[in-house]
Amino acid sequence: MNVVVCVKQIPDPADPGALDPNTKTLKRDVKLILDESDSYGVEMALQLVDTAGGGEVTLVSMAPNSEVGGLRTALAMGAAKAVLVSDEALAGSDALGTSKVLAKAIERAGEADLIITATESSDGYTGTVPEQIAELMGLPSITFAKSIAVEGGTVKVQRQTEAGYDDVEAPTPAVVSVTAGVVEPRYPSFKGIMAAKSKPVDEVTVADLGIDASQVGWAGAGQEILEIAAAEEREAGTIVEDDGEGFQKIVDYLAELKVI
Amino acid sequence: MADYRTPTKDLLFALRTAGMIDQISASKRYEHATYDVVEGVFEEHGRFFNEVWAPTNALGDTEGLEWSEEGVTTPESFKDAWAKYVEAGWQGMNLDPDYGGMGFPEVVYGLSAEATIGSNAALSMLPGLTTGAVELLQNWGTEEQRERYLPKMITGEWSGTMNLTEPQAGSDVGLSTTRAVPQDDGSYRITGTKIFISFGEHDLTENIIHLVLARTPDAPAGTRGISLFLVPKFLLEEDGSPGERNDVKCVSIEHKMGIHASPTCVLSFGDEGGATGWLVGEENQGLNAMFTMMNAARLAVGVQGTAIASAAYQKAVDYAGERLQGREVGSDQRGPAPIIVHPDVRRMLLEMKSYIEATRNLTTHLAASLDMSRTTEGDDSEGWDERVEILTPVAKAWCTDVGVQVTSTALQVFGGMGFIEESGVSQHFRDQRITPIYEGTNGIQAMDLVGRKLPIRGGAAFADLVAEMRRIVDELEGVEEMAASRAEIQAAFDELDTATKWIMEHGIADPRDALAGATPYLELFGLTAGAWLMARQALAAREELANGADAGKEFLEGKITTARFFCEQILPKVRSLTPAVTSGHEILYEIDAEALAST
Ligand SMILES: Cc1cc2nc3c(=O)[nH]c(=O)nc-3n(C[C@H](O)[C@H](O)[C@H](O)COP(=O)(O)OP(=O)(O)OC[C@H]3O[C@@H](n4cnc5c(N)ncnc54)[C@H](O)[C@@H]3O)c2cc1C
Repeated sequence: MNVVVCVKQIPDPADPGALDPNTKTLKRDVKLILDESDSYGVEMALQLVDTAGGGEVTLVSMAPNSEVGGLRTALAMGAAKAVLVSDEALAGSDALGTSKVLAKAIERAGEADLIITATESSDGYTGTVPEQIAELMGLPSITFAKSIAVEGGTVKVQRQTEAGYDDVEAPTPAVVSVTAGVVEPRYPSFKGIMAAKSKPVDEVTVADLGIDASQVGWAGAGQEILEIAAAEEREAGTIVEDDGEGFQKIVDYLAELKVI
Repeated sequence: MADYRTPTKDLLFALRTAGMIDQISASKRYEHATYDVVEGVFEEHGRFFNEVWAPTNALGDTEGLEWSEEGVTTPESFKDAWAKYVEAGWQGMNLDPDYGGMGFPEVVYGLSAEATIGSNAALSMLPGLTTGAVELLQNWGTEEQRERYLPKMITGEWSGTMNLTEPQAGSDVGLSTTRAVPQDDGSYRITGTKIFISFGEHDLTENIIHLVLARTPDAPAGTRGISLFLVPKFLLEEDGSPGERNDVKCVSIEHKMGIHASPTCVLSFGDEGGATGWLVGEENQGLNAMFTMMNAARLAVGVQGTAIASAAYQKAVDYAGERLQGREVGSDQRGPAPIIVHPDVRRMLLEMKSYIEATRNLTTHLAASLDMSRTTEGDDSEGWDERVEILTPVAKAWCTDVGVQVTSTALQVFGGMGFIEESGVSQHFRDQRITPIYEGTNGIQAMDLVGRKLPIRGGAAFADLVAEMRRIVDELEGVEEMAASRAEIQAAFDELDTATKWIMEHGIADPRDALAGATPYLELFGLTAGAWLMARQALAAREELANGADAGKEFLEGKITTARFFCEQILPKVRSLTPAVTSGHEILYEIDAEALAST
């Protein structure tokens, strides 16, 4: 079974750099790493291929400056190869522009039984790309998967809901977005890191994908960021020492909030 | 906030400067270890220890260990941390590819160890000792011993220990009495008691391979009669799997000031007739073999000095940016300012950062010298070997003495909170305090430097090294921002020459005179070598700045500032040390031992 995973490479959240006041977007000229929310999709894809007993995981990513830092992590985890779209024309792309590019890049990655994404990225948080990709590719879309199984030509998903989960099925290929935290992403092994060095990364431009540059980037963006503001500082929480009666304090607190 | 952040940018800078990685990876043996490859490895390696090991550090400290008749139970969180470490294959970093290792240079291993130690000093003892044991067997084991033991040790499924210390034999291993009696089948029966054995017993690996110093029945007295034995906790079955329990027991563990989660064991060999062991190397040559392990271990303990200091420094810088106290002098801000704006706090931080970089440079250069000695031939190789011999005691002692001092300063930055366990910085201080003691006390290192290392080739080895170090004075000529540093370096070399000459001359006439000044002499040499490498750091940073500053302008300029601070403000300490080196032993004995005790 072949699985394509869309992965985003983002500035390290521990050292996030800054917003560019002119473009009102995150500065991306720093070193980028694998978005943690995508590491769950990579792990799930590797497990699916393992269970199926054959096939491979291919990564698809769109990033500036031919950045491969995050791709290398996912390759070291066990993905076989990657398609990287890197093009100056892509700066300023909105969610739909991004989806158009990723959809084409997924086609370029070869036959896939399943396309996995995160539900949203940790830097942009638009949370609409997976559904847009499915629509553009004419494929079924299942969101918020907490587990995935593929049997024959069917993908069976437990879809996270507020109350629990729904069992959902769709014919393959399908686009499935994976909720963060549902599997434990493996750490790359030393041998995996060494092997990743020589795994192929197919770097392409917008033109290579047959996309008109006016459809993407600032030129094609249908959205505009009007204003950016600093988030309010979070107030310090209260620390309560558990003297064996800690549960009572929690109950009192919840009662005070009128949630119980 | 993260518990620990591996200083990957700093490690990589050290690797490409003091670590000479380009030269090392130009050799056939290390051609796979290019800078780019190591960079990729360090990024994932650092992340692993930040995310998997660091969160277990404080837990291990508070939870500690539990001893019972059955063995030693390590903290719950260590099981997963160790299993993931083994799974990722990090144990094999610098070990022999023929037995499953990754065969990276020592300099890469040494720098990577900062992440291991900085994230959890107590747990890091386990892989550290195992690496030492593997290196020993690689060099001295028989082909059969290597094949039977190395593969599992290199994966980290089995661990290793070093058993030197006995109640009556600490610094003076010649006093050890553990006995080894040859048997008809070629094995030996081992009986005796070892104390203070790190990770002598624990529940993280399937087997523990003890390397034990002991005496055969007709061995000569003293260090010349010591042999080395391999004593596994579980004897191996025919197929190599651990089988019957050997007659070695952990009878108790120590309650310690720090590294609470590292079991320090009393091991009893042969309570039920004798533990089975096998000779490693030749009879009575045990110390030679153990020195392979000890040299590597001394370098590793030097790295501990830097790594723990660096972990404490991180906490201190973060705290200094948050703690509001006092008004900023010279500013019209009315409210209290973060303490990082105050000159005295700045001094503490800059001093710490400079010291950390200087000690990191020294262990890095030592490890790189080891690689150079292995990848060059003839006189070249011998020259690097001599450098390793000379720098080993200095790296062990100076980097750990400085490490204790820096960790103490980190505590100071916290004020009262530093003394409170919740801050986490006090654990680093408690963990750090062992480093000047074990692996040969720093006093013993100083004696090694003046007694054994200075006299190599009649002093010529030392003179060659110092002459090469001194070349930095010429290299700094005309570099304006380094002019003041250059003057201090020149003065320090003059000071070092005076002290060395005095020791060589007086030490021959009366060794007590050399030994009396050994510790201040070692510090004098450490500071001078540190300044030499810091000046090289500044020159390297200038070159990188001129070549496009890939590592970042601020980062590289910082490297020059710390180099200058070290040379201009720390190095001048050497002038206060020479008098102690050259005063001789008499004054130390003017008050006799009894009078010292009468207070
Ligand atoms: C936590 C911990 C872990 C350890 N792990 C191990 C281990 O895994 N394996 C192992 O074999 N050992 C281990 N040790 C033992 C350690 O290496 C010794 O404690 C150390 O070498 C010092 O020996 P000692 O304690 O007997 O001190 P002593 O030798 O009694 O020294 C006491 C003082 O006298 C000084 N001194 C001694 N002799 C001389 C001399 N000739 N001239 C000048 N000064 C001298 C010393 O510098 C020191 O200041 C460990 C110890 C600790 C505390």
